[in-house]
Amino acid sequence: MTALLHAKGLKKRFGGNEAVKDVSFEVNEGECVVLAGDNGAGKSTVIKMISGVYTPTEGEVYFKNERLTGKTPEAVRTAGIETIYQDLALADNLDPGLNLYLGREKTRRAFGLPILDRVEMRRTAVDVLKGLGIVVPDPTAPVREMSGGQRQAIAIARAIYWQAQLVIMDEPTAALGVPEQREVMALIERLKAKGVGIILISHNLPDIFAAADRIIVLARGVVAGERRPSETSDEEIVRMMMGATL
Amino acid sequence: MLENKGTSLLKSLLNAWSWLFLILILAFFEIYAQLGTGNTFLFRVYTLQAIALAASQILLLALGLTLVIVAGHIDLSIAFTTGFASVVMALVIRLLGPESGWLGVILSLGAGVLAAILVGLINGWLVAFINVPSFIGTLGTYGIARGIALIVAGGATVSIQSDEAREIGNGMMLGVPIPVLVAAILAIAFHYLLTHTKFGVHTYALGANRASVERAGVDVKKHLVILFILSAVTAGIGGLIYTGRFSAGAANAGEPILLYAVAAVFIGGASLTGGQGTVIGTVIGAFIIAVIQFGLVYSGLPPYWQFVAVGLVIIIAVIVDQSRDRLTGMSS
Repeated sequence: MTALLHAKGLKKRFGGNEAVKDVSFEVNEGECVVLAGDNGAGKSTVIKMISGVYTPTEGEVYFKNERLTGKTPEAVRTAGIETIYQDLALADNLDPGLNLYLGREKTRRAFGLPILDRVEMRRTAVDVLKGLGIVVPDPTAPVREMSGGQRQAIAIARAIYWQAQLVIMDEPTAALGVPEQREVMALIERLKAKGVGIILISHNLPDIFAAADRIIVLARGVVAGERRPSETSDEEIVRMMMGATL
Repeated sequence: MLENKGTSLLKSLLNAWSWLFLILILAFFEIYAQLGTGNTFLFRVYTLQAIALAASQILLLALGLTLVIVAGHIDLSIAFTTGFASVVMALVIRLLGPESGWLGVILSLGAGVLAAILVGLINGWLVAFINVPSFIGTLGTYGIARGIALIVAGGATVSIQSDEAREIGNGMMLGVPIPVLVAAILAIAFHYLLTHTKFGVHTYALGANRASVERAGVDVKKHLVILFILSAVTAGIGGLIYTGRFSAGAANAGEPILLYAVAAVFIGGASLTGGQGTVIGTVIGAFIIAVIQFGLVYSGLPPYWQFVAVGLVIIIAVIVDQSRDRLTGMSS
């Protein structure tokens, strides 16, 4: 079986500073790979090289055997990789339907003029969210009135509704309370069940062990080690995060 | 999660407060007139026309501004874009002479709109591409448009003699004064744009969170430039109508209306931080101000009270806006 995503020898230099020295890893369908590491380990830089925000100095990214290196963020999204940032990039003043369709809104015609089909977009949003196990109390309300977990679900719904096969999540639970963190973990399980590959960035150990099929630990720009949760312990992961020399 | 019935009633009252306020001041002036003179204030064609004309003057500056404010920006230059377009139109009519007739007027209108587009382009370029905060950038173009309008006008008003132009400013069509008709058509067009098109959704999203539209693949820079052009063009149309109405181009044609236009947008429910506001709200805001203006004159009170009254309404609008936010915060 070939991997969904294959990152090969990624390197990124900013001026004289080598943020990422040599990172390779694979993600399979329906698999959640956690990129763990301390601040400055190079997690975000790796993610940005995959999502097209940065072009790697060296190395390549393959997605479904197609070379992705050097493509724009839009092209990467079209190829099927969605990135969900910490801030979720939701428009808080719009309802879930419009957020789901933002940039690709559905219209119908009235009196010969195109008008937004708010009802249809809302209905689809409710359906997609239901598929993720989330019931929105009032789909006409702006998303600012929703809980952190529900908002995360809307961001995820946006990714999978547009046929993302790989979802990259940057610290999805960082700003959430404990019950909402659980909601997000449940969402990740449902995405995996749909065959979506996930790259999760985290330095929260309970999250890492709850979500990961594989843990890839980055330290100072290189892969310090790769483990399955069942084969390792908190202690070992922390030791690798702090740097293999310890 | 429990929505208190009293809270939600208060919330809908706060949402509709501008309607209520408009009805309240109309009732106030009506009662005042009935008690004082025994005549009606509101139910006369003259009153309705005067109020609608005053409101349309404010709206021509406020409509485009509404879109800009919803997107989280501001356009202070509109006052002098109005003057600039007004002067350019008058100069072109003068240049072509009175015998050029309707063709001359149409050319002069085109020239005025082009002048306005120029200001809008500069605003949009400054804000979108140079990342100048819109408050500062449009304050700059406010000065520039004012200066250039005064320079090309030779520091004076440019009077013209054109029956056709006068018709545009003072004529009636379907029993409605043309300025009112123009403002109404623009209001409907902008309402459609803001509530029923992708452009409108992106404008709201831009005001709430720029990253949301950027990551959705919307060309935010282009969007901003279009917004500032729309704002400048509506303000410019205000200037063209001014020239027609008074048979003169004046660099400061829009200056006294700027405050009212900004006030109308905020009374209509917009927020300085962006992401909120509607065209219908702005229309009501403009009518509230117009009723205050005309009502005070009609009642024989010193007209200067209008500044005090409009100032008070702006403060009320902000207080209402904040209590609404607090209520929304409570219910979630």
